[in-house]
Amino acid sequence: MAKRGISFWAQLAFTLLVCALLVVPVVLSMLAGVTVNYFVGIKSGLTLRWVEEVWRLYAETIWLSMRIAFACLACTLLLGVPAAYVLARRTGAVARAIEELLVMPVAVPGLATSLALIVTYGGFGDFRRSWVFILVGHVLFTLPFMVRSVLAVLHSIDFATLEEGAASLGAGFLQRFFHVVLPNCLSGILAGSLMVLTLSMGEFNLTWLLHTPLTKTLPVGLADSYASMRLEIGSAYTLVFFLMIIPSLIVLQILANRKRA
Amino acid sequence: MSLPPPNASALADSQFRPLQRQGTGWGWGQLTLGRDPLVLTAMMAPAAVVFGAFFLLPMLRLFLIGGSGAEGWGAYASIITNPRHLESLVSTVLLSAGVTLVTLVVSTVAGLFLVRNRFPGRSLLNAMLTFPLAFPGVVIGFMVIMLAGRQGLIGDLTFKLAGSKLVFAYSMAGLFLGYVYFSIPRVILTIMASAEKLDPRLEEAARSLGARPWQVVGHVILPALKPAFLSAGAVCFATAMGAFGTAFTLATRIDVLPMTIYTEFTLAANIAMAAALSFVLGAVTWAALAVARSFAGTSVAAAG
Repeated sequence: MAKRGISFWAQLAFTLLVCALLVVPVVLSMLAGVTVNYFVGIKSGLTLRWVEEVWRLYAETIWLSMRIAFACLACTLLLGVPAAYVLARRTGAVARAIEELLVMPVAVPGLATSLALIVTYGGFGDFRRSWVFILVGHVLFTLPFMVRSVLAVLHSIDFATLEEGAASLGAGFLQRFFHVVLPNCLSGILAGSLMVLTLSMGEFNLTWLLHTPLTKTLPVGLADSYASMRLEIGSAYTLVFFLMIIPSLIVLQILANRKRA
Repeated sequence: MSLPPPNASALADSQFRPLQRQGTGWGWGQLTLGRDPLVLTAMMAPAAVVFGAFFLLPMLRLFLIGGSGAEGWGAYASIITNPRHLESLVSTVLLSAGVTLVTLVVSTVAGLFLVRNRFPGRSLLNAMLTFPLAFPGVVIGFMVIMLAGRQGLIGDLTFKLAGSKLVFAYSMAGLFLGYVYFSIPRVILTIMASAEKLDPRLEEAARSLGARPWQVVGHVILPALKPAFLSAGAVCFATAMGAFGTAFTLATRIDVLPMTIYTEFTLAANIAMAAALSFVLGAVTWAALAVARSFAGTSVAAAG
């Protein structure tokens, strides 16, 4: 490599500036969540009081979000993995059209999808009032991520030859699917699952119109606390949210790096 | 991260062709693949039913309701004919275009730098730039408040330096900052992935022919990244058009299309108008992605 000139340092400075833009507010909000009085600053001391306050006010939303996220994961696994397999097996125009359609809830704004759900199913009171109504929106939104993640792995391995081999040894369809196909796309299923959990935990665009006063999710509670609580409580709540999604983000990054290496 | 490699379907085609030829000859083919349409249909059915019942049908209903209000099907034209809606459309498009341009420039400079240089701490910077990928819009809005809000960092700094607080979080400028923040991680990922695949020999050839560094960048690297720019730019544009959480956190007074729809639905209780506008918004974002995909040849999807 050539010696590092002015251009290198200028670009490094720029990149550091962009990193700062992304990371500084995260750090500030985490600090604010454990600071006695953010207006006075960190010298007012550190406290877990705000986190406790968040737990007192919003514990329900945290449990509901976790329940929805895991239910959503179960649904996307049951619906998405078989669908991905079919889409990998079929190469015709119909399969491509289905693939295209499945991605639409990600391309279409959540506001439109949730309005559509409300005008169609809003009249079914019990359904409308239950958390399953939110779950439906989350499944629509996260399904493409599961399908694509599994599909990417299936496209990168020659699963057809593996299946041929198993079939020639007398394995039936179910045996092949559960003992050959699924173990081979485990990395895709894992990446897809983490993505689904993280997206469901943070989904707001759809959820805002789908939720009711009794079915508030974590991001809905966040919006509420930003609007009506003091900055420290909003920050502490955000801190709780970060702690919940960061582990899966880290694993996702490790998976992505391993794939690239 | 979740997008399949470019030309995934072409790849699949080449994998499948020899297989099907095998199937027509001897007995094994009967047992094996391409022979169980029933099973495949059964495996697709659950996803298809859920998707049809909870997406296609509601979307159709949304479309019909959009034409059922006081203005009839004219509601679909109101985005042009109603000055308030037109203004909101124009400001949303301008905002999204501006966000896309700035994000592309910022991500290209930082992304190319990280791909083309090796130095200690590089992977840490890499991780920092892609880490906010899954932040929801509301949290992004709060990050903007931490930076540019009433108790924000920028306000404090300007107060110390110039004696007056600079607060711009609760306006279009704050929304702009938020969308750039939101878009940088996914745009930078696309650009870096594409830059890593560039053939270094092209650059060497250009340099051996006497090209200066800026000529290499301008004539070799940037043109080769054009598909990445198109697909990342389309995602960025579509997300900025349709995003709601950030605007909602910052201020309900910011006049962008999703906020207009939300106001029509909740305050004015004009469900038909809200339906028509959101259908139009959905069509615009979907079309932006479809156009970019047809140019770029890769799969593109917005998120968040």
